[in-house]
Amino acid sequence: MPALSPTMEEGTLSKWLVKAGDKVRSGDVIAEIETDKATMEVEAVDEGVVEEILVPEGTEEVKVNTPIARLKGDGEASSPSSKPADPSPPAGEGGPRSGSDEGSRGNSADVPTSAGKPTETPHPSASPPPSPARGEGNDPDIPAGAKLTKVSVRDALRDAMAEEMRRDETVFLMGEEVAQYQGAYKVSRDLLQEFGPERIIDTPITEHGFTGLGVGASMAGLKPIVEFMTFNFAMQAIDQIINSAAKSRYMSGGQIQCSIVFRGPNGAASRAAAQHSQDYSSWYAHVPGLIVIAPYDAADAKGLLKAAIRDPNPVVFLEHEMMYGHEFDVPDVEDWVLPIGRAKIRRAGTDVTVTAHSRMVGFALEAAEQLAKAGIEAEVIDLRTLRPLDYMTVVESVKKTNRLVACEEGWGPMGVGAEVIARVIEHAFDYLDAPPARVHQEDVPLPYAANLEALSLPSVDRIVKAAKAVCYR
Amino acid sequence: MARAAAKQTTKAKTAKAPATSDKEDLLGFYRQMLLIRRFEERAGQLYGMGLIGGFCHLYIGQEAIAVGMQSIKQPGDQIITAYRAHGHMLACGVDPKAVMAELTGRAAGVAKGKSGSMHMFQPKRDFYGGHGIVGAQVSLGTGLGLANRYRKNGKVAFVYFGDGAANQGQVYESFNMAELWRLPVVYLIENNQYAMGTSVERSSAETHLYKRGASFNIPGAEVDGMDVSAVREAGAKAAEHARSGKGPFILEMKTYRYRGHSMSDPGKYRTREEIDAVRQHRDPIDHLQARLEAAGLADDAALKAIDAEIRKVVADAAEFARTAPEPDPSELYTDVYVETAA
Ligand SMILES: Cc1ncc(C[n+]2csc(CCOP(=O)(O)OP(=O)(O)O)c2C)c(N)n1
Ligand SMILES: [Mg+2]
Repeated sequence: MPALSPTMEEGTLSKWLVKAGDKVRSGDVIAEIETDKATMEVEAVDEGVVEEILVPEGTEEVKVNTPIARLKGDGEASSPSSKPADPSPPAGEGGPRSGSDEGSRGNSADVPTSAGKPTETPHPSASPPPSPARGEGNDPDIPAGAKLTKVSVRDALRDAMAEEMRRDETVFLMGEEVAQYQGAYKVSRDLLQEFGPERIIDTPITEHGFTGLGVGASMAGLKPIVEFMTFNFAMQAIDQIINSAAKSRYMSGGQIQCSIVFRGPNGAASRAAAQHSQDYSSWYAHVPGLIVIAPYDAADAKGLLKAAIRDPNPVVFLEHEMMYGHEFDVPDVEDWVLPIGRAKIRRAGTDVTVTAHSRMVGFALEAAEQLAKAGIEAEVIDLRTLRPLDYMTVVESVKKTNRLVACEEGWGPMGVGAEVIARVIEHAFDYLDAPPARVHQEDVPLPYAANLEALSLPSVDRIVKAAKAVCYR
Repeated sequence: MARAAAKQTTKAKTAKAPATSDKEDLLGFYRQMLLIRRFEERAGQLYGMGLIGGFCHLYIGQEAIAVGMQSIKQPGDQIITAYRAHGHMLACGVDPKAVMAELTGRAAGVAKGKSGSMHMFQPKRDFYGGHGIVGAQVSLGTGLGLANRYRKNGKVAFVYFGDGAANQGQVYESFNMAELWRLPVVYLIENNQYAMGTSVERSSAETHLYKRGASFNIPGAEVDGMDVSAVREAGAKAAEHARSGKGPFILEMKTYRYRGHSMSDPGKYRTREEIDAVRQHRDPIDHLQARLEAAGLADDAALKAIDAEIRKVVADAAEFARTAPEPDPSELYTDVYVETAA
């Protein structure tokens, strides 16, 4: 019984067009088969004489691969006939399972031998790596005597791009209003003046198109930085980011490289409402092949953007509009580059671990100050990179604090907090003294009205409440 | 075929004064354009006072387009546009109080305060938004046209988008299907010469946007979008084409926005002189006023009376929007899904 479609499991042998003793040649129609979808003709694949009909016509529910007749070839022993040329289903349908789940990569990192006691070194690069070198090393030491300069996140990002463009002439920036307008949020201020219109390129409003162009240019060896005016508009282009940039390396068996940075503001601005206020952290962090970075302060913005531009892989670099104007100390050193894939403990504490990224780190730090007044010492961990996620830094912290609050600006379901908590449960279940808590946006599109917007977004207050709750206080 | 379409793609003669509009029409247009102008000026003020937040895009300068097209719209014809939507809503007859209260994020707003300036809807007035994502409304509006053809209801979808939006890929995907399936759609490109800070010349290989349908055999015409009668006349022809089953039509409305792209636009990409020249010589309201006076259809006193009446409507809307209560906190969780009986 031939399979006539990848999903067919059985069919009705409605009619025989040959009988025992008939001579057939390959290509002759010998029977008709009905499936729930269609009636199909079965052709003989060999020459010979029909020796015996094994399944009479009118038989229903004949399973695929059941012999239906025996054909005797010239000088051959009888053999079951009328199998189609290649009855095996197309690869990928019923073929061997690809086994591509993270956990089944044959890497022990994700499979603790006993709860709470993983055997691997507590290091993120032990997880299935986008790049084996990922996450090596700590932040560079700031040399003694190096000056710290107050720089806004906006200028830190600009400086990172400018320095990398001076260093490597294959780096260029494209996006809407990046050149003459100097950036919709002024992140690319003065870059056109220094690098000219060949390298600072104003595009039409065609996100899907120019993102595709960027990915294509990266395939040809250039290193584009594609700016999205905001990540809300990257949804026009998300196909090129995921289907082209993230997967081409894998699909080409390692022949294609997309060294490209997709960057721009992500998350809620102020009263910009539903279509202009989304946090895409978990969307991109879901995708193998991408690196996802979401810095909080200016030093990280600069050091990680420089690393992102140098990285041979596609990087989604999520900035935050509400952070652009904030100033932070940035080390005044020659080449400030930070390791991708390393979380950072922003505040040490003993009672509860609070994780956050991007703007929420500031909220978490503020919450920690308030909690300290209530006698709770929170350890605040800035995730910094979401993929690969440095979950072992969180795990080690929870082993000490025994409590966890995972914060993010986006929606909770299937979110970054969910992932952080899952990792902690996998690796430190026995250490937990309370169910972990999540702080995130309410599960609704972001409303415009000032009061509803405030109710919807996560806040310092909510982090404080969640931390107290996991401390049973 | 392509040649024939190219021939249809003509520059409409817009210089001659239309004979169609009688006194009532012209005075009505004047009143409506003035309402939009004064409403937008007030919205700009409220924004400056911190009563309106987020992004707010004003329609000042482009009034003749919404008003002229509204005059040939039949009940049930749909309107859809981008975030620069206040003027279109007022032209559709949405209550100015409800629009202004939406801008201030109050429960009495057209969307209960949930959407703000960019995403307002009122389908019962045939207004389908109010869309924040550049170009998205073009496919959506083509879908409204598909529904019209499906129902054979004789309605036309009027689909507005900007010169910047005209470069989005989905516009052309929509054009192809609209012509292929002869959908009753009129595409109205409000070419105000800039998309944020990018002029048409800097973003478009073909700057005559009415030709953009040529490779799909969609006829197009260029229209003086500062002249309400020219808009009306061209709109009527295009709507007739679409309504009679001949498929879509493209009108490129040449217009100008006086204000910044949104309230936070420093506007360094054009000169003060450029803006002033348009205000002085091409202003749609001044232009109509001059015509009304020249033709003896309205004297100074009559026009002043209209002005006073409009000012009052707008002042009332602003006062209402300023004092109306915010939405109830419970509204945060409503309207996410259609509630279905358990
Ligand atoms: C997909 C997408 N990309 C970018 C933006 C940001 N943006 C909002 S309006 C605008 C300019 C649009 O110009 P145009 O289409 O000419 O309309 P106008 O503002 O002149 O009415 C841009 C780039 C957006 N809202 N959506
Ligand atoms: Mg424009």
